[in-house]
Amino acid sequence: MKILVCISNVPDTTTKIKLSADSKSVDTSGIQWVINPWDELALTRALELKETTGGAIEKVTVATVGTAEVEPTLRKALAIGADDAFRVDINPQDAYQVAAELTGLIKANPYDIILCGIESSDYNGSAVGGMLAELLGIASVSSVSSLSVVNGEVQLTREIDGGKETMVSSLPFTAIVQKGISLEPRIPSMRGIMTARAKPLQVVPSFGTESLTLISGFKLPAPKAACHIVDGENVKDLIRLLHEEAKVI
Amino acid sequence: MSILVYIENREGKFHKGAFELVSYAARIAKDTNTTVVALSIGEITKEEMSRAGTYGASKVITVNVPRLTALDNAAYTSVIEQAVSLEAATVVVLASGFTGKAIAPRLSARLKAGLVPAAVTVPVSYNPFVIRKKTFNGKALAEIQVNTAIKIITLNPNSFGLHEMPVSSEIVEFQPAFSERDFGTKVLSTDKQVGKVLLTEADIVVSGGRGMKGPENWGPIEELAGLLGAATSCSRPVADEGWRSHTEHVGQTGKVIAPILYFALGISGAIQHVAGVSSSKVIVAVNKDPEAPIFSVADYGIVGDVQKVLPELIDAVKAFKANA
Ligand SMILES: Cc1cc2nc3c(=O)[nH]c(=O)nc-3n(C[C@H](O)[C@H](O)[C@H](O)COP(=O)(O)OP(=O)(O)OC[C@H]3O[C@@H](n4cnc5c(N)ncnc54)[C@H](O)[C@@H]3O)c2cc1C
Ligand SMILES: Nc1ncnc2c1ncn2[C@@H]1O[C@H](COP(=O)(O)O)[C@@H](O)[C@H]1O
Repeated sequence: MKILVCISNVPDTTTKIKLSADSKSVDTSGIQWVINPWDELALTRALELKETTGGAIEKVTVATVGTAEVEPTLRKALAIGADDAFRVDINPQDAYQVAAELTGLIKANPYDIILCGIESSDYNGSAVGGMLAELLGIASVSSVSSLSVVNGEVQLTREIDGGKETMVSSLPFTAIVQKGISLEPRIPSMRGIMTARAKPLQVVPSFGTESLTLISGFKLPAPKAACHIVDGENVKDLIRLLHEEAKVI
Repeated sequence: MSILVYIENREGKFHKGAFELVSYAARIAKDTNTTVVALSIGEITKEEMSRAGTYGASKVITVNVPRLTALDNAAYTSVIEQAVSLEAATVVVLASGFTGKAIAPRLSARLKAGLVPAAVTVPVSYNPFVIRKKTFNGKALAEIQVNTAIKIITLNPNSFGLHEMPVSSEIVEFQPAFSERDFGTKVLSTDKQVGKVLLTEADIVVSGGRGMKGPENWGPIEELAGLLGAATSCSRPVADEGWRSHTEHVGQTGKVIAPILYFALGISGAIQHVAGVSSSKVIVAVNKDPEAPIFSVADYGIVGDVQKVLPELIDAVKAFKANA
């Protein structure tokens, strides 16, 4: 079996977000770019499976849709342990376009298991994985919190409202992964970083896709009013404020 | 033309979130001079269905097919796709929760209909069609413009509220058609708690952090939550230490919640924690450190020892409820 992990390149969570002068885009100067945390965990799980299933997983590939600037993120994924990488060379306008570009790539290079994160920490879309499965005409399982391969069969757990379900899926399929998929992301080793340079990273031209939506502008949230500190000796006051002023109880 | 809203029923009941979605759809319908059709999948009584009419659904479509007992993303997408064409829907609304996130993207790709995921407002303009959503974990709002004939929106919970708008509603049963490709997944077993307030849907959440010192101190948190009809949650280290179940962990790497009221008890307010709770309408913090970052996102705060404040909080809520 072959696994593809879809990688999104995002600002580190602690980054302060600034807007361009016209508020049409985000000012990317000074942003520290990282692999989307869920994708990092998905990659970690894919590598664990490759190592522990005695050859059931032939290869772990990573792919991203983006311009040359996102390449360091893809190199990092190779350093963590992916076997090879693809970059589809276009600056995508929305999740649909990402999914459509990945569809072009996957049709030319099929995979059995496609892993996407539950959401990217930039546009918080939770959209690419499901769109990709639909465009490929394959099954998708979302909120996947565990994934294992037992005797060549893929077993999954997904988190549902108030509990979880154990599932199987036809192959190929897309797993949209979340918390639990692996515990800690793998960090590249020195050797990993050295060998990553020699691993194949193929740049593929865009498949000529379209987007369905666009971002017409950004706004920063209104600054929060200062916290109203209530005297610890008078806790009743807090409840009164929550009832009378905030009207939430 | 119509606005189609997919509302979930749990064990045969609609919850507040479902009615919030209908209210939201009704507002869009009013703005665009059309009507709301609600779609429900699974067994449900006529009385329960007609409750959607209170919030503005003039038609409720019910699909009750045994094969749809468990969620298969592709099969549910097929059902909604058929309802969209049956009702000539121009806007489809779903909740930005487990099911909505599973289906909406597939539906968007199938219908080539632009998706606004996790919207927090009604459209700020209809021509062009623009809606705001949070991005960068709440650090910025993006205005998403949808250019396709059909638009799909998933709504963040508690971002619109309930608005009654009673209409008489017609209830119709619908038998969707399936192709074998629709059922690619199979559920082997389900392990589900029923009857508990769901963390992702709770109006009030009481959350404890490492400042609670140990799992033995969670009794008062449970008690306060019980009094308020709230769900309980925790910070990540609390789940990592095994003090509480991992299902309670909120934040960047846990659940993202948007209750009306969030109590952060002994939680420092690290950016990764706040990423999961910043959409709460009102945040109350109790922390012994006046400099704790949680106070910069909280609306109300008490500086003090949580072990001392929490019992007083419980007494104050009891007194409040006795007078109410
Ligand atoms: C990649 C990454 C992802 C992460 N994801 C998450 C996430 O999803 N969710 C999350 O929560 N964290 C997450 N974290 C961890 C986060 O950075 C913080 O470490 C964590 O939120 C701290 O938890 P805490 O506030 O419970 O504990 P602490 O930081 O230890 O804070 C305890 C607080 O309790 C107060 N306190 C102590 N004793 C008392 C007392 N008696 N009475 C009142 N107050 C008291 C202290 O003043 C302090 O403010 C993540 C970190 C990383 C690096
Ligand atoms: N530009 C991209 N290239 C490749 N995969 C992506 C890209 N953007 C998002 N993804 C994948 O889709 C998941 C969900 O992203 P989103 O739909 O943007 O929230 C991510 O965790 C990635 O696995």
